[in-house]
Parts: sequence; structure tokens; C-alpha cells
Amino acid sequence: MRVLLIDDEKELVSTLSERLDLRGIANDWATSGEQGLELIAAKNFDWVVVDLKMPGLGGVETIRAIKQRQPQARVILLTGHSAAEDLKQALEMGADRYLVKPVDIDDLLALMQQGRD
Amino acid sequence: MTRFGRGRGRLKIWAKIKPAFWDRRDSDLELLNYRRLWRTTFWLAVVVTLAPLMFLALINLYQFQQQYQMQRGEITSHLQRLLATNRVQISYFLDERRAALAYVSLANTFQELAEHRHLNRVFSRLRQAFGGFVDLGLIDAKGIQRTYVGPYNLEGRDYKDQDWYKEVQIRGIYVSDVFLGHRNFPHFVIAVRHERAGEESYVIRATIDTGRLNDLLRATDLQPSGDIFLVNQQGVLQTPSRLYGGVLTGFPLLSGPPAEWQGIREVADNQKRGLLLGLARIQGTPLTLVVVKQPQALLHKWDLLRINVIVMVGLSVVAILVVIWWVSSTLVTRIYEADLRRAAMLHEAEYTNKLASIGRLAAGVAHEINNPVAIINEKVGLMRDLLGVSQDFAHKQKFLQQVTVIQDSVRRVSEITHRLLGFARHLPLKNEEIYLEALIREVLGFLGKEAEYRNIDINLAIPKEIGPVQADKGQLQQVLLNIINNALAALENGGEINISVAEQPNDAVAISIADNGVGIPKEHLQRIFEPFFSTKGEKGTGLGLSITYGIIRKMGGRIEVESQPGEGTTFTVILPRRQPTSNQPAPTVI
Repeated sequence: MRVLLIDDEKELVSTLSERLDLRGIANDWATSGEQGLELIAAKNFDWVVVDLKMPGLGGVETIRAIKQRQPQARVILLTGHSAAEDLKQALEMGADRYLVKPVDIDDLLALMQQGRD
Repeated sequence: MTRFGRGRGRLKIWAKIKPAFWDRRDSDLELLNYRRLWRTTFWLAVVVTLAPLMFLALINLYQFQQQYQMQRGEITSHLQRLLATNRVQISYFLDERRAALAYVSLANTFQELAEHRHLNRVFSRLRQAFGGFVDLGLIDAKGIQRTYVGPYNLEGRDYKDQDWYKEVQIRGIYVSDVFLGHRNFPHFVIAVRHERAGEESYVIRATIDTGRLNDLLRATDLQPSGDIFLVNQQGVLQTPSRLYGGVLTGFPLLSGPPAEWQGIREVADNQKRGLLLGLARIQGTPLTLVVVKQPQALLHKWDLLRINVIVMVGLSVVAILVVIWWVSSTLVTRIYEADLRRAAMLHEAEYTNKLASIGRLAAGVAHEINNPVAIINEKVGLMRDLLGVSQDFAHKQKFLQQVTVIQDSVRRVSEITHRLLGFARHLPLKNEEIYLEALIREVLGFLGKEAEYRNIDINLAIPKEIGPVQADKGQLQQVLLNIINNALAALENGGEINISVAEQPNDAVAISIADNGVGIPKEHLQRIFEPFFSTKGEKGTGLGLSITYGIIRKMGGRIEVESQPGEGTTFTVILPRRQPTSNQPAPTVI
């Protein structure tokens, strides 16, 4: 399983990456939508975790682009807060799952575990 | 009752009928001066309706007065005619008798009349021709009765010093007052002096029964309220009167010196009733002809009509005043209420705007905080991960404890930021599915700390089968927040709030929030939903419940309140499951 993490907060995304490494999950990370798409072009990913609000290429556009290039990759959207319509919106955009920041790594792993089954 | 007591009684009545707006003068809302508006409406309506009525009534009364005067004039002239006719008749009657006596003196010589048999013959002819003659006597120049025919024996009587003899010597004729003579019948005397050149003068004196005079007057009918009769100069009745008694009774209206005037006059009798009194003196006699009439009897119907008009106008005025009072009070109350609603709406809009701004600010802040918190969360998570895989070292357990505390704190911060985001972003009205229990718990999350500090129990009784309602979450949160906040304010430390949800007919739910606090006095209950009505003094804006009311109305629901001072208050919000306006556009995410 290979995971791509995209968030404009470098400290957040790098730390999360390190925690996944510790759990033996292969991953890459990017600090913008554009950088993320470059990685998508180079490798195949099973999961892509994308922040909703990013400068430049936003979460919505990034997800759309990912779904075009790697339709098999499943997407988890990160948002600042939870609300029913956000989930709906995210699903409409092509996201498969939805997580609220701050992210509990166990929740993230559980989601990916469910998605695999 | 004392004067003070009566004043308080009046105040009480006024307090009951006083319109709601009465004490609301120019307010800070820049509303109208309702009292002035009411006064203008009331008085304008009073003038417009009562002025024509009064005008008509006055015209009517004036016409009655005219009719009354006319009728009275007719009565007066009728009496005048009566008086004149009867005077002529009575004068004629007396003249006839006098002329008869004069004829006797011309047709007979003194010597003939002095002969008893001859005088008797003359007497019986007079009785036959005129009737009413009771006796006849001849009195010579020395005042001695020479011959007499009649029921008494008066021959030889000396009249020289008597007043009537002196008067007949001076005036040539004398008519006496009426007196009760022979057989107790009223009579009067006529004496005529005979004088011819070369002869000694003498007097013929006759007594006449007043029966014929009475018949003459009786022929004039003045029923039922009138009378006609003769009086002498002392005001003593000379003929019987139906109203004032028999002959020789005093006539009360003319007792005392003889009246100076003749004609018709209005006088008052001893019962203060208005009377028309007519007097006509019979020339050459002590007699005065009197007519009396009570015009009131004839004018009574005009009085009745006049009273009818006055009563009808009075009743109409009262009815009109009551109706105008009611209409102007209702009208101004409606305007007042509409103004209040408008003001409430304005303030609600203003308040909502303010809330929206605060909400945006809060959301912005929350969002900004959320990102660093997320980083802290990951960093601490990594620390925990590393601690998990590292060997034991000094203070490892202590480190783990610190990490746990930091993670707990991060969770608390994120809960707060999420609540702020969740609360603020629902400001525009919209429709979403809400589970009431979750919503109430969320609201209690804001107030729970206060309740905890003050040792206030909050009990929830929400049946599991209660389904979701369609409503605006933020607005409903606002409603519950306001009501629960009020309940907290009403409670002493250690009090209790019971929140329950129940199904209602017509696909609605009722949320009840009951406290056992101080309660609301009855006079405040009606006003608690008015904007700016506050019992919290400086601390309250007086807007909370008015906004609450406005939101619930907008949602198609209603709010009810029950309160017993000293026992507690229960607010019940009844909401339809589905909103009347469900086509609101989805709001943008903040």
C-alpha cells in the first residue's frame, strides 16, 4: 500500500509521513496540489490524503485531477470542521472518505483498512 | 368611602380599560406618540359624529320651542276671547236688570210705587219678564224704605247712613257684592236712583238671585284644567268655582288688594304650577271676571316629545362615545403592535447581522487556530510513536504522561474550535435535518460549565424514537441557548432544569424547558416577548426572547410560557417537523 499526503502545512504533512513510516506504510508527501500531481504522474498510489483548503491548486481541483490520472486511487479529504454538507460536497468531488483536522492517526489507518476490505 | 378611596377606585377602572399603548410615549424606537394619535382619532371622530347630531337635536328642540310658544299663544288668545265674550254677557245681564228697574221708575210715579199693591204688581211682572228677582223696594229721598215686596218685612227701615245708599245717591246706580240672603241662596242687590225735574228723587232697590249669572258662566266649558267665575274686589268668589270652591270662598290668587291689571297673565299657584290667569273688570260693579287655565295639561305632549328627543340624543351620544372609544383604541393598538413587530424585526435583523459578523470572525479565528493545533497533534502523535518504539530511558513514563496531557488538551482545543465553527456557520436561515438530542447536548456544551459551577442539575428526557426535524440548526441553537440561558438566570444555585421533547399532533414536536426558579410575575408574562422588555436591568438587552419569538415564528412554530412566581417557569417550543420555506439556497461554507 502506498499513500500520498498533500497539505500546505509542511510540518503537519511531514510529521504525519514520519508516523506512517513508523507504522511501515510507504508514503510520499507534498506541500501543494501542484507538487502532489507531479508525484501522481511518477508513481501509483492506493490512497491520497488531500487538504481541502490550500493556496494555489485547491483541494477540490487536486482531487479532480488525481481522479483523472489515477482513477483507482482512493481519496481522503481533510477539512477544518465536520458538517453533513461538507461530506456530501467532498463525495461529489470524488473523495471517498472524509476526516476532520486534527487527524487521529488511528482513525486514518482505520479508514484505509476499511477501504481495503 | 373617603375621597382618596374613590380616587383609587377610579384609577383601578382606568387601569383596566386603558389601552396597552397608553404609557408608551415617544420611545427610543422613534415610534409614534400613540396617546396623541389616539386623542386625535378619538376627538376627530367625536366631533364629526356628534356635531351633526347635536345640530339636529338643537334644531329639533328649537322647533319644539316654537310649537310650544305657538300652542301657548293659541291658548292665551282663546282665553282672551272667552274673557271678552263673558264680560259682555255679564255686563249685558246686569244692564238688562238695571234698565228694567230704570223702566219701572219711568213708567210709574212715586205715588204709584208707594202703593203696596201696585209695587207688588210691578214685582210680579218683573219676575215674569226677567226672572231672578227676589224682592223689590222703594226708598224715598230721606232714605226710608216706603214700600217693600219680598220675603222680609223691611218697610220703614232707614238706609240714609248706609254706604250703598250714599253710593247710589252719587253714582245713580249701585251693584252689591254677593251675599247669602233669603233661604241661604246667594244674591246681590241692584239699586237705581230716579231723578226727574220737579220731582223728589227716590231709589228702587231689587235683590236678584245669582242663579242666572251662574248659568251664564257655566255655559262656558273650560274643562278639564280651566275655570271661569266672578270675584269681588276683596278676591272673594261671587259665583261658584269648580277649582276653588263655592260662593264667598276666598280666591287664593287674588287675595289682598284688588289687582291693578286686566288681561291674561302667567302666575304660579301655591304648588308652583304655571297658570294662565285672565282678569276683566265689570264696569260699574265691584265684580271682576276671572278665567284660570293650566296650560301645562295641553302642552304636556310637547314636553313628552322634548324629553323623548333628549333621551334619544343622550343614549345615542353614549353609544357613539363607546363605539368611538373602542374603534380608536383598537385602531391605535393595532398600529402600536405593528410598530412593535416592525421594530422587533429591525432589531432582529440587526442582531442577526451582528451575530453573522461575530460568527465569521469566530470561524476565521477557529480555522486559523485549527491548523497549528493539527500540527501540534501530529507532533505529539509522533512523540508518542517514538516513545513507543524507543528503549526505556530515564523519565520515559513521565514523558508519556506529558504527551497524553498534551493530546487531551489538543482534543479540547479542537472541540472548541469545531463548536465555534459549527455554531457560527449556520447563521443564514436554511433547512437541515436535526436530531434534537444532539442539538440540545451541543447547546448544553456551551452552558454546561456554568451549570456545573452553580451546581444546577440539567435533566434530559428525550425519547429515542423522536425523529429528526427539518430546521435551521444555528437558529434553533440560538433559540435553545436563549431559553436555557434565561432558565439559568432564573435559578438559584442548586436548582434544576428539565428539558424534554415530545411528539405533537400535526407532525410537530414540542421542546419543553422547565426550571424551578423565581418564576415570572403575571403582569410581565404578556410582555416578555416584547423587544426591550427586560427584568435583568442593565444586564439584559431585552432582545433575547423577542428574537427567540421571531425565529420560532419564522420557522412556522410557536412558543408558549407558563409560570408561577416562586415555583418556576416552563417554556415550550412547538416546531413543525418540516419548515414552511424549504427552498432556501444552500449557504456558502465559511
